[in-house]
Amino acid sequence: MEVIFVLIAVSLVLAGSFLFLFFRAVKSGQFEDDQTPAIRMLFENEIKTNEKKVPSTKSK
Amino acid sequence: MPNQIHHAASKSTATCYHCGEECREEVLHFDEKEFCCTGCKLVYEVLSENELCNYYQIAEKPGISQKEVSRKDNRFDYLDDADIVHRLVDFQNGDETHITFSIPLIHCASCIWLLENLHKLHPGVVSGRVDFIKKKVQVKYHQDAISLKELVQLLSRIGYEPSINLSDADKKQPVFTDKKQIQKLAVAGFCFGNMMLFSLPEYFAEAELLGDGFKKTFNYLNVLLALPVFFYAATDYYRSAWLSVKNRAVNMDVPIALGIVTLFTYSLYDIFALGNEGYMDTLGGLLFFLLIGKYYQQKTYDTLSFDRDYKSYFPIAVTRLVRNEEEVIPLIKLHVGDIIKVRNEELIPADSILLEGEAYIDYSFVTGEQIPVAKKKGELVYAGGRQRGQSISLAVQKSPSQGYLTDLWNNESFEKEKTHSLESLANRISGKFTFTVLAIALGALVFWAARGEVSLGVLAFTSVLIITCPCALAMSTPFTLGNTLRVFGQGKFYLKNAQVIERMAQVDTVVFDKTGTLTAPSEAKVSYHGDRLSAESKSIIKTLVSHSTHALSNRINSWLDGISTLSVEEVHEIQGRGIQGFYKGQAIRLGSAEFVGYQGGDLKEGGNLVFFSIEGNVIGYFLIQSGLRKGIEQVVAQIGSNKEVHLLSGDQDHERNHLKQVFGKDVLMNFHQSPKDKLEYIQTLNQAGASTLMVGDGLNDAGALRAAQVGIAVTDRITNFSPASDAIMDAAVMDRLPAFLDFAKTSRKIIKASFGLSFTYNTIGVIFAVQGLVSPVFCAVLMPISSISVVVFTTLATNYLAVKKGLKQKIW
Repeated sequence: MEVIFVLIAVSLVLAGSFLFLFFRAVKSGQFEDDQTPAIRMLFENEIKTNEKKVPSTKSK
Repeated sequence: MPNQIHHAASKSTATCYHCGEECREEVLHFDEKEFCCTGCKLVYEVLSENELCNYYQIAEKPGISQKEVSRKDNRFDYLDDADIVHRLVDFQNGDETHITFSIPLIHCASCIWLLENLHKLHPGVVSGRVDFIKKKVQVKYHQDAISLKELVQLLSRIGYEPSINLSDADKKQPVFTDKKQIQKLAVAGFCFGNMMLFSLPEYFAEAELLGDGFKKTFNYLNVLLALPVFFYAATDYYRSAWLSVKNRAVNMDVPIALGIVTLFTYSLYDIFALGNEGYMDTLGGLLFFLLIGKYYQQKTYDTLSFDRDYKSYFPIAVTRLVRNEEEVIPLIKLHVGDIIKVRNEELIPADSILLEGEAYIDYSFVTGEQIPVAKKKGELVYAGGRQRGQSISLAVQKSPSQGYLTDLWNNESFEKEKTHSLESLANRISGKFTFTVLAIALGALVFWAARGEVSLGVLAFTSVLIITCPCALAMSTPFTLGNTLRVFGQGKFYLKNAQVIERMAQVDTVVFDKTGTLTAPSEAKVSYHGDRLSAESKSIIKTLVSHSTHALSNRINSWLDGISTLSVEEVHEIQGRGIQGFYKGQAIRLGSAEFVGYQGGDLKEGGNLVFFSIEGNVIGYFLIQSGLRKGIEQVVAQIGSNKEVHLLSGDQDHERNHLKQVFGKDVLMNFHQSPKDKLEYIQTLNQAGASTLMVGDGLNDAGALRAAQVGIAVTDRITNFSPASDAIMDAAVMDRLPAFLDFAKTSRKIIKASFGLSFTYNTIGVIFAVQGLVSPVFCAVLMPISSISVVVFTTLATNYLAVKKGLKQKIW
């Protein structure tokens, strides 16, 4: 049963690191703007020039 | 507004490629595309040169019409001033500068895309990052490669001119309390969850199987996990309790802090001295639930601002004339005696005397009245108005912060936070509650000690303190108020914070501003007096007014609804005077008495007059009276049935009789009120012991809104404009004001009912506690049950009653 001590340590470290990650996310402002990133990720990376009609990235 | 622009784009023949507006006057062709004005074409050119035409692929017709944009070269000169730059930027080092602009024109995905590709327009820009909801963009740039002024010019050239105003210049430190709270909640949740895992075996008989070693280890781990809860997550409660005790009062946080400290110290004693399991898991759960409640109580509306004062509207810089040379200086450097120049659409920054030009000033920000006022040379012009028409020169009479309007903010009521003379329900109860609990606890101690069982006495004493820790009691308020806040928010009535609800429930005197609050431009009453108008004349008038954006023209236009237009030639508008045009060779004029050449008396009073003349013969005139908002009579009548109603107006009292008829005799009316008078009026009411609610809309109500127990700003467009207030209300739901006030009272009743519920739990707990029968398991079961049942009860009750009272559609 002594293995429980190891498991406890592992579980605490795991949960603690999640807490740490959450703290970092809060600090970096991830929860402040939850709208723009959703739109931003739809932009294509490279820019198509000329008058090629880019098959729609239009938002409705 | 952008949305309308998008709709307008649908059918017509030629629409602008940039902004999607119909090309009415001229169509410019460039690159096989059509543009409505040179401004729009220019933006397209800039973008196509830099291969940023993807802008037009992301959203349909994303641009903003550039027609109205004035393009003066020197208007950003003040951004060369190092002091101003320093005040505006967020961060600066030897290489890079960060600045956040507020750009109200951001409205679609294309905007985000373009602003985040700024670095392709100018190599000096490092990056741009948009916050879509807040309509802000943070730009990082190398100050050696591009100056702030050039950056702002660049933004304005592509159609996204940032709005920079005075309040940006004295930035306050952003508040981080919100983040801290989330972090505390996270810590409490983390510790609580883990403590529950370690405590769980205790609740079952099987724990014995694990043996003593495990039991001890688990208890020590619990102590370890309780440390961050006790020393970090709970700190707000100690601070608040300490403050309240220092002020010789007992708020809700006092019994909570007392409970937390007892729980912690007794558990330490229990674990280390007696070798028992302690109550650490209960402590963790308690804090976790309490912090959830605290968090739920806050609901912020990102798009709204409740703290705007005149600085948010005033420009940061003005054009000063020195020996006929124009120079742009920061407003803070403006002195009495300076001569300034104010152009079309610019704001008058300080009380001044008109020296030159025709002033035609729109005070809609200040008073809510949309019809501009004409001023003559030598007349005093108050700060806060917007000039419409040609440029004017003014001699500054008072410094910007000391004017007729702005002096309001020097009043003492702006210096301190609103005092809560009315204690919240929870705080009033908590005093009695705390003393009762202490009395019971001491009684139990004395009782057992007298019987010679001191250790049982101590156990009973601590158990009472632990079991009565008013978790459920403390949660009923935040959850009820938090739910009410959300119900109101769905009804387009946005509160600054939850405390406003409790203050609203106490209101017994309601004060309305008249112009813009009770009256609405859209409800104007138009009547015509004079010779009968032929169908042809009506069409001519309709044609003329549809060429103008003047408030009076719009009202006549909607009065002539359904009339078709004709072709009238050479229509043009003379700002501040009227519109003129030619129909079948005859000169047609529509405008002020002076403009049409009307001489003669005996006119109707009580509104604005617009005369109509053909070839110099006055045919008749329109009388345009401000109309009351729909349903406002019922609102006033309903509120008047159980509260005092007052009416304040800055206008002349020629409408007194009319208003008396509409609202009845019980409404107290006061006219000729200056902004300061309004503020003092409210203060007088407050001193007489009234709980006041002020409903206003303009900057001139700002003082009264501030002084009142509850200040509600009414606005036709929520995101647009509102003075600092406790609540912002969409003008469309004005008729629901009595219902909102009523519901504030209802939520108070719900709080009381849930107090009753939690008292029941406490009584049960105390009955066991005084006998020394409380065990950690008992605690761990009773505590969450009571908390959760209170939360469920308040949430259901609030939402159910909201539906029943018609403030909400469905319960969920």
